[in-house]
Parts: sequence; structure tokens; C-alpha cells
Amino acid sequence: MKLGAGLARLLSSLAALFWVGPYLWMVITSLKTLPELLHSPLSPLPATLTLSAYRDVWLTVPMGRYLLNTAVMALLIALLQITLALPAGFALAKLHFVGKKVAFALVLLCLLIPAQVTFVPVFLLLGQAGLVNTMAGLVVPFGASALGTFLVRQALLSVPDDLIEAARLDGASDVYIVYALLAPILRPTPAALFLLSFVFHWNDYFWPLVMTTDDRVRTIPLAIALLREQGTGVRWHLVMAGNVILSAPILLVFALTQKHLIRAVTAKGF
Amino acid sequence: MKPGHRAEPYWMLAPTLGILGLFFLYPLFVAVQKSLYSWDLLTPAKYVGFSNYQILWERGELWRAFRNTLVYSAVVVAGSMFLGLAFALALDRPGRVAAFVRSAVFSAYVVSWVAVALLFMWLLDTDVGLVSRLVRLVGLSPKNWLGDPNIALYTLAAVSIWKITGYAMIVFLAGLQDIPPVLHEAASLDGAGSFARFSRITWPLLRPSATFVGTTSLIISFQAFDVVRIMTQGGPVHATELFVYAIYEQIFMNLRVGRASAMVVVFSALVFGLTALQLRVWRGRETA
Repeated sequence: MKLGAGLARLLSSLAALFWVGPYLWMVITSLKTLPELLHSPLSPLPATLTLSAYRDVWLTVPMGRYLLNTAVMALLIALLQITLALPAGFALAKLHFVGKKVAFALVLLCLLIPAQVTFVPVFLLLGQAGLVNTMAGLVVPFGASALGTFLVRQALLSVPDDLIEAARLDGASDVYIVYALLAPILRPTPAALFLLSFVFHWNDYFWPLVMTTDDRVRTIPLAIALLREQGTGVRWHLVMAGNVILSAPILLVFALTQKHLIRAVTAKGF
Repeated sequence: MKPGHRAEPYWMLAPTLGILGLFFLYPLFVAVQKSLYSWDLLTPAKYVGFSNYQILWERGELWRAFRNTLVYSAVVVAGSMFLGLAFALALDRPGRVAAFVRSAVFSAYVVSWVAVALLFMWLLDTDVGLVSRLVRLVGLSPKNWLGDPNIALYTLAAVSIWKITGYAMIVFLAGLQDIPPVLHEAASLDGAGSFARFSRITWPLLRPSATFVGTTSLIISFQAFDVVRIMTQGGPVHATELFVYAIYEQIFMNLRVGRASAMVVVFSALVFGLTALQLRVWRGRETA
């Protein structure tokens, strides 16, 4: 169905105004100086465009360190999830063994449990293990993905057994079959899992907030939120510069992989 | 298929099941157990039976967290679905402009909650924020969007609607593309107006998408935390204390592990209920 042309144009304009506008305001604010922010806060463009807010943010907090931490954490989680989901999904989809139904039921059950439910005990557990304020404490709890395991299993169900039998006859081990033969065939599934996982954990605020108190392992969403909490008064140009640094990599990933990301999101609801 | 070796399926599954068990299943048992103790993380824990639950109930903390979460979720789900559907209908057309606007709306869903929350704190700042300035420019007096206990929860809901409308829109767009154009052409030939075509063709065929979006965004909203932590810290006077934030506050500010665990147990039951509902909906979608 098509809406009437006039109504459609009105809605599109509203969408553009209310969704592009805030982004523009974020970028414009980040290019201003403090006096300008206070004296002519409504002027759409600053008198002189300046990157001084970015320089200040970069000099006052170890932004490079935070970016590196976040990238390492999100990459490790995404890669670990794929590495573990492939053999687990393979076993659940293709192999006969005692306890298979129970194992699959456990995976499904974990699909229902978000980190927001388990964080209190997990925090206590990792505290006892001395893993608070470590990269391991940020990565390991998310190393296995119930969703990923489930998706790999579903995708493998439509791969014919003959293919695997043939590779076995050629002397391939099952490990080789999983990583070298099946992974390339399933490529859209691990790719979707990688995108969802990387974007989610790059953006994640909750778990790093619970697990870290220390600069060395702090991630970027936490650092930008702290920039405002510790900033005195109204230095919003610095916070907005931080916001741009936080969002730009994800918007870039989004721009490059939009089709895949949208397919992953609409099919799986994440 | 027969495994290459009898132990093979077990070690293939071991890392996944080990991590899932340790970080997702075992914690639920720990939460149930700890909810029966009074513990401040420093002195030894003391068994107190069900009194954590009783105190949370009698003080109204459980009810407050539940009510706030329910109001917030209802507004967010209704608002984002309505806007998402309207935008999907308006933007379901070829052309670069429509594609750009679609990407802009959906990009908000991909960007971090932290970035969105901070951006709106700046836009809504009572003195120097753009929204308040514009409100003043047209001669009205701006509200204290985040400081007024009657408004703050709805402000958070509005920000969240901005964040997830793109998600609803994208799912509705996918649903619209599955509707064969022939149906509309036939209905037009039979003299059906655009409202009749919407209510008789588009909406019935979009209903599975709507149920899917509805349940998924209900679960997302139930777990909301970042907007609260960043924009209001549960205030003013607990008006924006959503469930997850209330749990966080119990353990990290009040150092009450037992009460936090009791809230976790209640919250888990709620989330399980919602997700069971969601899985039924998804299964319905697969067979449809």
C-alpha cells in the first residue's frame, strides 16, 4: 500500500528532521568552543569551525587506550563466539549422541536469560576469581553465544549429510570439516553473528560498568559517560566530541554492511 | 550421523555448555540461594529466610520497580510501533531520499544507548538545550524534562522511542515487501479506497510482523538500564527507577546482596514469562 503522496512526504520530512537533526546538532556542538556554547548556543554554525574539543578530549583522557580496549574486547568476543558456536552447532545438528536433547534444551534455555538477570551472581563469582578489572572478566562471560549456537545449528540442518560423509571418506577430520568445509558454506550465518556481536559489545555499557573501575580496561561507552559525570558544568562540546568518537566507528560499520546487518536484525530480532 | 569418535560431540559442546552453564544457568541458582541471606559483601552472610522478599514488598520497592518498568515499556512499545509503521508506509518507495531517511532512522538503533542518552541530555538541558531554547522561542516555558517527577519517566520513554523506532520500521518494511502488489491492484480495480486497502489487506498481512516487533521490543524495554543510569539515576524521587536499575542500586550503592538477589529472582520470573510468550510468537511466525 502507498500512502497518499502528501502524507508520505510529510512523514518523510518529519523523520528526516527528527532523526538527522539530533545527529547534526551533535556534530555542530562538537565543533564549537565553550564561550560560543554559552553565548550563542542557538547559532547553527560556529563562527569558526574548530577541532579543539576533540583535541581536549584526546589530551584529558586516554582515548586511544579506551578505543583499543573496546575494539579488542568486541573482536575477541565476536571471534570466540563464532569459534565455539561452529563445533557446538555442528554436534547439535549433525551428530547422534546420548544427551543431545538435554544439551539442545540447555542452549535454548540460555537464549531466555539476559546479562541483566545474571549480573549480580556473575559479578560475585568473578570477584572471587580475581577477574574484576581484567579483559578476561569482560570477555569470558560472553565467550559462548546461545543465539550463535542456535543459528549455526539451524543453518547446518539444511546442509546435506552426504557432503560431510564424502569429506570423511577423503580422510578429513571433523574439526577440519567444521572450520574449513562448513564454515565457508555457512558464511552468511557467522557473518551475521559477527556483526550483531561486535556492534552489541562495542556499544555495551552495562557489563563494563559492572566489571571495571580502572582506566586500564575501561571501554569507550563508559569513558564518554564519565566525561559528562566528571565534567564541571556545561562543557557539552567535549561530551559531544566524545559522542562522535564513540558513534563514528559503529556508523561506519553500519554504512558498509547495512544490507547484512538489516537482514540479521529483521530475522532474529536483535 | 555417527560421530567420528564417541567422545567427539561432548568436547565439541563442552566449551559452549561450560560457559553458558557457568554464566547463565548457575547464576540463577546462586541468586535464589543468596536471596535468602542478608549480606553486605564485607561481613559474613546471615540466613534470613524470606524476609528480603517481604521487606521489598512491604516497602513498595518491588511494586514501584514493576510499575515504572511497565509504564515505560508500554509507552515505548506503543510509540515505537506506531511511528515505525507510519514511517515504513511512508518510506516504502524507491529513490535515494527515501533510502537515506530509512538509514537515518534505523541508524539510531545501531548506535550506542550511551551516545543517544548523552545527546538527548544536551538537547533537553533546561537552560541551554536546543529543545528548551526552541520552546522558549515560540513563547512557551520549557519543562524540566528530566527533573520533574511527573515527566521524567515519559522523557526517558520518548528518548527510547527515538532509539528503537528504526527497528520497528525495518521489520515492518520487510513485512510490506512480502505483500504481493497484485492484491492492492485488484482491490483498487474493485474500487477499494486507500483506507479500505490498509485495513483489509496491509494490516492483516502485517500482523505477524507486528506481533514479532511487539514482543521483541517489550523484552528490550523491560531490560532498559543505560538511559536510566545516564540520564536520571532513577530519580527524581525514584520516579524513573526501572527494574534493572533498582537491582543495580541495591548491590552497588546499598551493598545489599540479598535484596538485590531477591529482586533478580522476581525479575527473572517476569523475563522468563515474557520470553516464553515471545518464543510462542516466533514459532507461530515460522509455521505461518
